[in-house]
Amino acid sequence: MNPVIQVTGLTKKFGSFTAVDRLDMTIPKQQVYGFLGPNGSGKTTAIRMMCGLLQPTDGQIEVLGMKIPEKTEQIRLQVGYMTQKFSMYGDLTVLQNMQFMARIMGVYGRSMNGRISDLLERFKLDSFTRRSAGSLSGGQKRRLALAAAVIHEPKLLLLDEPTSEVDPNTRREFWDELFLMCEAGATILVTTHLMDEAERCHQLAILNEGKKVADGSPQELKANLGAQIFLINGPDIAAIREHLRSVPEVLATARSGLSLRVIVKTDEARTENWLWEKLLRYEADISQVAPSIEDVFVIATQNNIDKVSH
Amino acid sequence: MYSPVSSIVRIAAVCGKEMIHLVHDRLTFGMVVMIPLFQLILFGYTINTDVRNVPAAVADNLNNSFSRQLIMDLQATQVLDFVAVTETPQQLETLIQRGTVSAGLYIPMDAEQRYYSGERSIAQLLVDGSDTTLGGAVRQLSRFPFLPGGTISNMDSVEQISVRLLYNPERRASLFTVPGLLGVILTMTMIMFTSIAIVRERERGNMELLIATPIKNLELMVGKITPYVGIGLVQVSVILFLGVMLFDIPVVGSFFPVYTVCLIFILANLTLGLMISTLVRNQLAAMQMSFFILLPSILLSGFMFPFVAMPKIAQYIAEILPLTHFLRVIRGVMLRGEPLTGLVGDLLFLLVFSLIFLVISTLRFSKRLE
Repeated sequence: MNPVIQVTGLTKKFGSFTAVDRLDMTIPKQQVYGFLGPNGSGKTTAIRMMCGLLQPTDGQIEVLGMKIPEKTEQIRLQVGYMTQKFSMYGDLTVLQNMQFMARIMGVYGRSMNGRISDLLERFKLDSFTRRSAGSLSGGQKRRLALAAAVIHEPKLLLLDEPTSEVDPNTRREFWDELFLMCEAGATILVTTHLMDEAERCHQLAILNEGKKVADGSPQELKANLGAQIFLINGPDIAAIREHLRSVPEVLATARSGLSLRVIVKTDEARTENWLWEKLLRYEADISQVAPSIEDVFVIATQNNIDKVSH
Repeated sequence: MYSPVSSIVRIAAVCGKEMIHLVHDRLTFGMVVMIPLFQLILFGYTINTDVRNVPAAVADNLNNSFSRQLIMDLQATQVLDFVAVTETPQQLETLIQRGTVSAGLYIPMDAEQRYYSGERSIAQLLVDGSDTTLGGAVRQLSRFPFLPGGTISNMDSVEQISVRLLYNPERRASLFTVPGLLGVILTMTMIMFTSIAIVRERERGNMELLIATPIKNLELMVGKITPYVGIGLVQVSVILFLGVMLFDIPVVGSFFPVYTVCLIFILANLTLGLMISTLVRNQLAAMQMSFFILLPSILLSGFMFPFVAMPKIAQYIAEILPLTHFLRVIRGVMLRGEPLTGLVGDLLFLLVFSLIFLVISTLRFSKRLE
C-alpha cells in the first residue's frame, strides 16, 4: 500500500539557520502519526512544507501519491490543515466561518448545510452557531478549526499543535475524535510537545533541532530505549542528584515529586546492585520502573537536555 | 479538473465574507457614506477660486467726496472689504506684513488732479503677493472702471476681446469642484479599502489558512474587489445626489454614461489598491502608500490646478494617474454632455490600467508564507 506521505531528504534553511535538516519520513495510511519535538525543533516548518506553504530548500515531498509543488492545488482538495494559531475569521460567526470554508473547499449546494450541521453537532458547537468565532473559548476555537478542517472529508489531516491552550478534558475528547476519523479512513499527522498525546499515536517521529532523532511506535521506542529507568527515594535527593551527575552511565536525572527519576544507560555487564552500591552512603531506596515516552524524548533530545529537563 | 461552478462559488464566498467584514467594521462602513458626505459639503462650499471679501486697509490722504466714492465703489465690487483706516502707505505695509489685512489702498492728496489729467494712476493698491490666487484677483482691480459722480454699471467700456463662458456661465466654482471631488473621493476610499484587503488577512492571522485552501489567486482578487465596486457606486450616488441637491450640478444628458465612467474608474482604483496590498507587510504601510498616490492625484490631475497650465513633466506624470483621465471624462460627460464615444481614449486607458493592475496583483500574490 502506498504511503500517504513520503518525504526524503527534506531540508529548509532560513538564511544560515537550518530549520529542517534532511528529514526522511514515511507515513502509512490510516494512522495517527505524531510529530514530537521541543519548541523550535522544526515541526511547524515541516508541516508547512507538506501543505505547500513553504518551499523546501532541498528534498522531495509526495503527498497522497502526488508531488509537491507540482500538484499542490490538487493535494489541497484532499488535505485538511489546522494551523497552530487560530486562523478562522474572528468577526464571522461560527456558522459563517463554516459556510465560508465549505464553499472554498468545494462543498456547496444541497450537501453543504447538512454537512455543516452534522459537524457542528459532532464538535458540540451547535449551540454557538450565531456566536462570533472570536468570542469562543480556547477549546471551542480548536473544535471549530478542526470542524472546518474536515469539512471536505479530507484523506489527510495535518494538525499543528491542535490541543495547545486546551484543558485536559477537551483534549481527551479531541483525541477521541481524531481516532474516530482515523478509523473512518483518514490519515492524521499531528504535532505536539505533550508526552501524553505522543503516547496515544500509532507512530511517532521525534524531532530535535530540525533532525529526526527517533521514530517508531511508542511501544517500540520504549522497548528499544537502550536505558533503564530508576526511581530513587532518600533523605537527601539533592545530594544524590549531585553525585549522580558525575557518573558517566547516568544519562539524565529529573525531580519527580519527592523522588528522583534516573535514566541509566543499559549495560549487560553490570550487576543488578550497581546503582545501589553507588548510592550506599545516601540510604537511598531504589526501584526500577517502566520507561515512558518522556524518557524516550529526553534521551532522543540529549544534546539539548538542559532545555527540556529543567 | 477545473470547474467553473466551484470557481464562482469560491469568488462568491470571498465576496460574501468581505461584506460581513464591512458590516462588522463600523469605521469602514461609516467611511463609505461619511467621507463623501463631509468632503462634498466641506470642499464643495469652501474650494472657491472666486476671490471675495479680501480684508483691506485704506490710507485716504485726500479725504473728500472723490476719494470716498472711490472707496465705496471698490467696496461694492465685493473683492475688497475695508476693515481698517490708517494715515500713511508705511502703515499700510505694516498692517499687511502683520497679516491684519491682505491689501491696502493708498489714495494720495493729488488723486483728483491725477484723474482729470489722465496721465498717471489715481491711487495705489498694495497687495500681499505671497498668496498668488489672492494677488491675481486683486490685481484685476487695476482695470476697474471708475467714474466719479456717476454709477459704474451703466458705463461699461467695450472689451477688447469678449469672453464667453460656455457650460458654466455663472462662473460657479462648485460646478468644477464637485465632479472633481467625485474623482478624489473615489480615489481616496477605493484605494484605501483594497490596499488593506490582502494585508489585513495577513495581520489578523487568517492568511495561513486561506492560502492552504485550493482557492486560486484570481478568484481571491476578484472576490476581494467585487463588494467594493458596489460600495463605490453607492458613493457615486451619494455624491451625485448631494451635488444636485446642494450645488445644482446639472447632469447634462443621462445618468447612464456617468455611472459607466465611474464604474471603470472604480475598477482602476480598486486594482491599484489591490496591487499596493500585495506589496506591503502591514496596514500602516498600506495607508502610507495610498497617500503616496493620493497626493499627486489631487495636485497633478487637474483637480486643483488647470492641467494645461502645468509644466510638461508634471503632465507626463499626471497621465499615469487614473484621476487625470477620469476628470477629463467626467467633466465632459457631466458638464458638457459629451458622448462617451468622444472620450474613448481616456476610458480605454482606465480599462487597460485596471486589467494590468489586476494581472500584476494576481501574479504578485503568492500562496506561500515566505
